[in-house]
Amino acid sequence: MQTIVIVGASLAGLRCAQALRKRGFAGRLVLLGAEPHAPYDRPPLSKQLLSGDWPESKLFFHAREQHAALELEQRLGQTAAGLDPRERKLLLASGERLHYDGLVIATGARPRSLQQAAGLAGVHVLRSLDDALAIRTALGAKPRVAVVGAGFIGLEVAASLRKLGLSVSVVEPQRLPLLGLLGEQVARSVWQLHVDHGVDFHLGRSVAAVEGAGRVERLVLDDGTRLDCELVVVGIGVTPETRWLEGSGVALDRGVLCDAKLATNVPDVVAAGDVVRWPNAAIGGEVTCVEHWSNAVEQGAAAAARLLDGEAAPAFSHLPYFWSDQYDRKLQCTGQVRPDDRAELVNGALDRPAFAVMYVRDGRVTGVLTSNAPAVFLRARKLLAEARSVDEARKTLA
Amino acid sequence: MKIVVDFDLCQSHGLCTEAAPELFEIRDDGFLYILNETPGPELATKAQKAALECPTGAISIKDE
Repeated sequence: MQTIVIVGASLAGLRCAQALRKRGFAGRLVLLGAEPHAPYDRPPLSKQLLSGDWPESKLFFHAREQHAALELEQRLGQTAAGLDPRERKLLLASGERLHYDGLVIATGARPRSLQQAAGLAGVHVLRSLDDALAIRTALGAKPRVAVVGAGFIGLEVAASLRKLGLSVSVVEPQRLPLLGLLGEQVARSVWQLHVDHGVDFHLGRSVAAVEGAGRVERLVLDDGTRLDCELVVVGIGVTPETRWLEGSGVALDRGVLCDAKLATNVPDVVAAGDVVRWPNAAIGGEVTCVEHWSNAVEQGAAAAARLLDGEAAPAFSHLPYFWSDQYDRKLQCTGQVRPDDRAELVNGALDRPAFAVMYVRDGRVTGVLTSNAPAVFLRARKLLAEARSVDEARKTLA
Repeated sequence: MKIVVDFDLCQSHGLCTEAAPELFEIRDDGFLYILNETPGPELATKAQKAALECPTGAISIKDE
């Protein structure tokens, strides 16, 4: 294999490049990124960057890791437009055709936008550094802020902006934030946390219209409520970025469909990160995407192994992990939680900063969420990896 | 090899304790402890894995 092209220059792509070099790949290594920036870390965008605690320079991986030895051909600001697996060519939006011997798909996901807001200034999503910088710039005018969607991005934005003293309203179709992810008890605890910090919730409501002359001036909700605002941040989920692969022959199904080793159905094309849908043995072989930081790190390395070692590479399994920082809380969640799993408080109290909630389905522990309890969280990871019984888990987490 | 942790960056995610349990531990006080700051070369791979998997980039490995 002489040339490996990694499509996507974020965390999964970078970790894949690092793993390829560490495994001794000495050929040409191209890292293609749609954004104009060198690889940077996304989690701080909604937290340290938005709150102004960190300058953007602190986000770049090259600022905190040694990359000199990678000898990467970074092609930034260049977008993939198509793939021809028979000829082993990657087609770029510029019209250029790049030859590859091995290819890594790591194009991640793109945020969904609010259709009602088409064309209005002052309405932002938050996925990229440029998104975050645009929002941060807009904060200078002390806008009234409306956040659409009370998922993790929306809630982290709300927390960061409340810390800056801005007025923040949150619009969410469900009756509590995170209800569709973590169930009633945790959702209520998170709701209370934000209420205590002065967030104005409009729950059970959706956006009927976004009004303004060129710039957003207000949201109109489905019950007729008029919410005056100068800045809107939309956090209503993401879609895997696979448009460039349509018609290429790479199997797609709400992501790039991979086998247990992260290979696609096309020879010498593997995938890593948010874009991947694969059967994950760590959660009973369920075929899912795991759109979280640690998964991107580990999949980057595993995809490199599959590309270089072929079928001899091991299957990739991953116990999902994500975290969220809101005010003085660090929420950590592991496993594969469904909102209708039975939630049981196993440590602390839901109206206090520190607690742990265990989720159970069909007599099995499916996941654990902790708040400000890192040691308990690691015990939870261990017992999930070892598939301990509900009784054992209850004792271990207490 | 010397393990250096920037405790201003460390947020006790604890993934390093899974990658290299010989080197890192999160105790009940919620803080990270380095169990061995100067491990032998046999732990280099685990130490590097811990550094790469740290969500805050708090771990660095220095050559001595």
